[in-house]
Amino acid sequence: MTTESGTKPPLGRVIVVTSGKGGVGKTTSSAAISAGLAKQGFRTVVIDFDVGLRNLDMTMGCERRVVFDFINVIQGDAKLKQALIKDKRLDTLSILPTSQTRDKDALTREGVEKVLTELKTEFDYIICDSPAGIEHGAQMAMHFADEAVVVTNPEVSSVRDSDRILGLLGSQTHRAATDGAEPVKAQVLITRYDQERVERGEMMTVEDVLEILAVPLLGVVPESKAVLKASNVGTPVVLDGPSAAAQAYEDAVSRLIGGSVEMRIASEPRPGLLQRLFGRAS
Amino acid sequence: MSLFSFARRKRPTPSAQTAKDRLQILLAHERGTGGSPEADYLPMLQRDIVAAIRKHVPIGDEDVEVRMERGDQMSSLEINIELPGAPPSGAKGR
Repeated sequence: MTTESGTKPPLGRVIVVTSGKGGVGKTTSSAAISAGLAKQGFRTVVIDFDVGLRNLDMTMGCERRVVFDFINVIQGDAKLKQALIKDKRLDTLSILPTSQTRDKDALTREGVEKVLTELKTEFDYIICDSPAGIEHGAQMAMHFADEAVVVTNPEVSSVRDSDRILGLLGSQTHRAATDGAEPVKAQVLITRYDQERVERGEMMTVEDVLEILAVPLLGVVPESKAVLKASNVGTPVVLDGPSAAAQAYEDAVSRLIGGSVEMRIASEPRPGLLQRLFGRAS
Repeated sequence: MSLFSFARRKRPTPSAQTAKDRLQILLAHERGTGGSPEADYLPMLQRDIVAAIRKHVPIGDEDVEVRMERGDQMSSLEINIELPGAPPSGAKGR
């Protein structure tokens, strides 16, 4: 196991990836972060909480292998071991897909707790991919979290919704309801950041976003063509060759496990004249 | 070569084609099951298989492993049942 100095694998740390707003990159980030953790040798499982609109399986590239799901396990129709899909690229990584047919009410608090308790005995990190919104599914995804990664675009509605989610993390979670418990450790992950537009004054800066949300920064993922390309082929972006986005996620993962990595804001290399002439796959 | 590909830039990139293929295969399966996007019969099938085998051999729920691979031409369902007391070399029945 290759861990950074001073970090030991925590047993069953639950991290929710949430945002409030849809389309900001929760599933992309869940896939990238879980693959990044697994790549570092941590036993990691990523759970899809978006009941009815399952998409983590496609992002992870295991959509053809889903037999049983999270809801089957909660309802006792399948054992957890049978529903977990082992990643074909990393043997430390597993995926727990959700159901496409049930409604979100099938996700009971007791059921979620039971599954998480069982997963904690076998995994170092449990990543919960939240659905958009602040309804039942999103609340279940965050309820038992030890940490939260709040995915935010530098855009007014996304930042506003993130603020809302931070409020819920501080009031509606198990940790919030438990006397003497540390609050959920929330960090913001800024995605689709465009340095060029920031420089032109068309986009809020990292500092602007942090000033408004007042939580620590986990990382800044630049707008990158690599993200769409990776989702096209069903590969988490950190496993799909080097890119600015992959680097940003790797850095964020290192910070998540307690390493200190300098905050660098990469951007897609602008194609030079030669590159434009001779083209290149991206 | 790349100089010429500049001229026919419109053609889908390989990863876009992969995306389209993946979606077509997946959606063909999901639409095929008449409204309900997914076959929900698997848990029931597993229960029935376990019940049928239990008539003759005592096995637990954990001893059954179900695997699926959906393809565009063919899909396969693989069911492994671990039978108790069988010799170690042939412990798995299929």
